[in-house]
Amino acid sequence: MNEVLLRSLTPSVLAVLVRRGADFSAAEDAVQDALVEALRVWPADPPRDAKGWLVTVAWRRFLDARRAEAARRRREDLVEEEPVPGPAPAVDDTLRLYFLCAHPSLTPSSAVALTLRAVGGLTTRQIAQAYLVPEATMAQRISRAKRTVSRVRLDRPGDVATVLRVLYLVFNEGYSGDLDLAAEAIRLTRQLAAVFDHPEVAGLLALMLLHHARRTARTAPDGSLIPLAEQDRARWDTALIAEGVAVLQTALARDRLGEYQAQAAIAALHADAPTAEETDWVQIVEWYDELTRLTDSPIVRLNRAVAVGEADGPRAGLAALAALDDTLPRHTAVAAYLHERDGDLATAARLYAEAARKASDLAERDHLTRQAARLNTYGKGNADTSLG
Amino acid sequence: MAKYLLLKHYRGAPAPANDVPMDQWTPEEISAHVQYMNDFAARLEKTGEFVGSQALAPEGAWVRYDGEGRPPVTDGPFAETKDVIAGWMVIDVDSYERAVELAGELSAAPGAGGKPIHEWLELRPFLGASPTVTECAHH
Repeated sequence: MNEVLLRSLTPSVLAVLVRRGADFSAAEDAVQDALVEALRVWPADPPRDAKGWLVTVAWRRFLDARRAEAARRRREDLVEEEPVPGPAPAVDDTLRLYFLCAHPSLTPSSAVALTLRAVGGLTTRQIAQAYLVPEATMAQRISRAKRTVSRVRLDRPGDVATVLRVLYLVFNEGYSGDLDLAAEAIRLTRQLAAVFDHPEVAGLLALMLLHHARRTARTAPDGSLIPLAEQDRARWDTALIAEGVAVLQTALARDRLGEYQAQAAIAALHADAPTAEETDWVQIVEWYDELTRLTDSPIVRLNRAVAVGEADGPRAGLAALAALDDTLPRHTAVAAYLHERDGDLATAARLYAEAARKASDLAERDHLTRQAARLNTYGKGNADTSLG
Repeated sequence: MAKYLLLKHYRGAPAPANDVPMDQWTPEEISAHVQYMNDFAARLEKTGEFVGSQALAPEGAWVRYDGEGRPPVTDGPFAETKDVIAGWMVIDVDSYERAVELAGELSAAPGAGGKPIHEWLELRPFLGASPTVTECAHH
């Protein structure tokens, strides 16, 4: 049994312990101990019933911990409180766990860490390495999160948007260290889609699959970004695209549009174009209009301006951009791109350099710096030619 | 979930309100200051926001490449260098507002007379890794 399969058992094992009356926090610790033990023991001695093994070991760990805790309390002359079994769960246990770990009372970073551990079955060390913080810091972040949610009584699903936001955050973290967080986010979203039939869950899954399909084409061997228009489309993963499109079509057919479905639709239109020139920008602008209606996000309006620039020409894109707040992240980068398309290379070069100074991530900064350098090195000659 | 560097300067930052050099504090005031810094780091570890911190010696050397097959050149310290870093702390927080809040608390470390130094700390965001989902044409 590989590690991913082992981890996929985490939510159901945890649910068994909670059903038997263990409180969430102690049960989660016990399951984590059992997972670590499984990774140690199984390679040499694989169990016949993996889940049964995990439940047995985790339950034993839980009882040991409770006995130790009871002894400590007696020493402190405190009355031992027997854990009270919670009410019978009204929603599926796994689903319940997703909602608990993404509870709105948690900060985004706590919700992400707790989801990866309690639902994803990752160890604290793996999560700490992925987020580049010390293990002790991540352990504290997780135990605080558990304390916060241990006060939560969850007998019905909350707003699925909170769960989707957490999964989306994990996905966007990408690939860091030994852990492929994007793949982990896809696994968790797939698992959620299996227990919760909701068009936006499907929409997010489709969005992730369609973006993941382009991953290898998105970066050059030296780590630099390759813009969508310049990507080698032969390197896109057609199986992931086909799956993403199928998931999206089923979701859209239910006629309950949401922001993830709309974003996935845009990603699908890009995936569908055999070459960058054949991209259906008119339809993409229409989807951005839907997305604007659904979210009213300034970032969406910014991306819409780029699409308008492709559909109706750079002047139209610049006009759409003029209506937006110029302090938005990436506003300057979009302006630079549209000015370049419009042939104003001097302005474009200046704006690319300015956008690079404002960039909040390294690969993007380097990309924008390279764009400015390209125009400063070759652009003047080209501009002269086009004028002549 | 963003990392920030808090930089403490020996020299180069604007003058703080409680601007008495440390060697003119009482030993108790120095102990109180050190304790405050340690407590601050310990508290951030508990909230899951601590990444690392280190104090630096005030004097170092400048080093540069001096050509193929030659040892690097070391020089300095240069008197004209205005900016001297005293130490750093890296935090991992949910928002810029939280980073500012924490920098404000660190700046309240007690100095002469047991009163907050109001020291200016430099707050610098880390450049992150690029997000996976970007539908802009320039990506």
